[in-house]
Amino acid sequence: MTAITTAPAPAAAPSSGGQLARLGRFLRRNPTMVLGALILIFFVGVAIVAPLIAGDPMLKLPNRRLRPPSPELWFGTDHLGQDVFARTVYGARVSLIVGFSVATISVLVGLIIGLFAGYYRWFESIVMRLMDGLMAIPAILLAIAMVALNQGSIAIVVAAISIPELPRVVRLVRSIVLSVRELPYVEAAVACGARTPRVLFRHIAPSTIAPLIVQATYICASAILVEASLSFLGAGVPPEVPSWGNMIASSRLYLARAPWTIFCPAIALALVVLAVNLLGDGLRDRLDPRLSRRL
Amino acid sequence: MLSYLAQRLASTLLVMTLVGIFVFMLLHFSAGDPAAIIAGDYATPQQIEAIRQRLGLDDPLLVQFSRWAWRVVQGDLGVSIFSNTPVSTLVLQRLEPTLSLAVLTMVFAVSIAVTFGVLAAWKAGRPVDRLLMGFSVLGFSMPAFVVGYGLIYIFAIELRWLPVQGYRPIMEGIGPWFQHLVLPTLTLGLAYVALIARMTRASMQEVLEEDYIRTANAKGVPARAMLMTHALKNAGVPIITVIGIGVALLIGGVVITETVFNIPGIGRLVVDAISKRDYPIIQGVILLFSGVYVLINLAVDLSYSLIDPRIRH
Repeated sequence: MTAITTAPAPAAAPSSGGQLARLGRFLRRNPTMVLGALILIFFVGVAIVAPLIAGDPMLKLPNRRLRPPSPELWFGTDHLGQDVFARTVYGARVSLIVGFSVATISVLVGLIIGLFAGYYRWFESIVMRLMDGLMAIPAILLAIAMVALNQGSIAIVVAAISIPELPRVVRLVRSIVLSVRELPYVEAAVACGARTPRVLFRHIAPSTIAPLIVQATYICASAILVEASLSFLGAGVPPEVPSWGNMIASSRLYLARAPWTIFCPAIALALVVLAVNLLGDGLRDRLDPRLSRRL
Repeated sequence: MLSYLAQRLASTLLVMTLVGIFVFMLLHFSAGDPAAIIAGDYATPQQIEAIRQRLGLDDPLLVQFSRWAWRVVQGDLGVSIFSNTPVSTLVLQRLEPTLSLAVLTMVFAVSIAVTFGVLAAWKAGRPVDRLLMGFSVLGFSMPAFVVGYGLIYIFAIELRWLPVQGYRPIMEGIGPWFQHLVLPTLTLGLAYVALIARMTRASMQEVLEEDYIRTANAKGVPARAMLMTHALKNAGVPIITVIGIGVALLIGGVVITETVFNIPGIGRLVVDAISKRDYPIIQGVILLFSGVYVLINLAVDLSYSLIDPRIRH
């Protein structure tokens, strides 16, 4: 996407027309990726301006329980008389914060571990065995145990989701390091006397950026799903926090009487995850053609 | 082959040991006193002390770990704090619903997904392919509980075709048993179908470009035989691998699906344990599910040479 905005326009054509043509071509060639990006931007916008567009998500008014959607209350109210629209809007904050934090943390930590694991043989054997062990534990169960043992908070949930995502990143980074470290330019850097950290971070790490961006979007999507699942199971963020998983869990007895209390957050959740996945698929096809053939 | 088998078994044992260490350490690295966490919010100091004594929490970590590991190896997963019943007994009581759901989902998902994947690869780039792959992205993006409540709302509440929730043991008749499992199976299977279908398509596409496929086409092998015997067999290894890896998805999904459909299985056991803070149950089920996952993937690894005789270890 940055290639579009930074690429110089052809000298002959007026610059705005050339840019527009490029943008048009980009949109036509990547319709699903653009759709994903637009949906995601929409939800990020909603999450940022939440206080401006929605009322108090915690306000409980007993005289407006289980009201169906109406022009005043767009998504109706739940069994506690809370505004479902306000809660859905604020729920976007929780989901997006968790998704972005988990993606950032697990990619950064995984990058550092993976770089060293790919470079030092003795470190590799220990780390990779540890990662094998970690991968064998189903992510949701590991997260459930971690949250159940600590007081549920967004920070604990982020940590509990990040740890099971680590092995994927470490393995990816390590495999790239293993192939890149043999290339002549790395050898040249070593021959020039570059110290190991410099070799790793200046010469090898850049090769991991494109695949890691793709991986980060998938981790973000899966983190949003896992966070909602944990909240739904009662092992996520504290129950009074308006997160989509919490909303669905607390309304589940009212599915027949008040389906909007479940389907509003559910559709929002599915849309955000779909958007991130579409964005990931698009980025993968553009940034990493080799990978896109595999999956 | 024998040395490969020994090597794989050794690495499986190592992985299980690591899983054991992780699960054991979880309790000890959590913020606060493990005995207090297990005892719950309303425990008296005497109760906390009793739990500390019972679990031997004052002993050195290594002693605690070896004692715990020795019991686990013997099949003793600990005792539930809340009901004072051995975790292994509780798990056995709830094995049937979970096993029914998991096996039914596996059979359903693998057969649907492989068919979809083969079809999509054969018609790559055509509308059928786009439709199927679009569906698979959707399948990845829909959380199990969203799918589950959607299905309940449409098929159980609005159309009244199927029961809303619950479970009937298979001994009470295949009919009711199956009826109660249709929606849970669809719910649990969706993401799994998406995963396997994508991998099947990718693997098949690679194989379909091979020379021997061109030869098969040229000599007039019917499309069906060409796809199923010539291509699918050669594309099998990555597909089987992803079926094994995807079991992790199923395990997480079982916990959610059983909660949505009120199925009294092992997943519900865990969810009920969360609210009661019954840590031995959570610990025991994590160990059990991880063990199942590791064993399934060991079986997958060993099956490679059966599917593809070119792979010799």
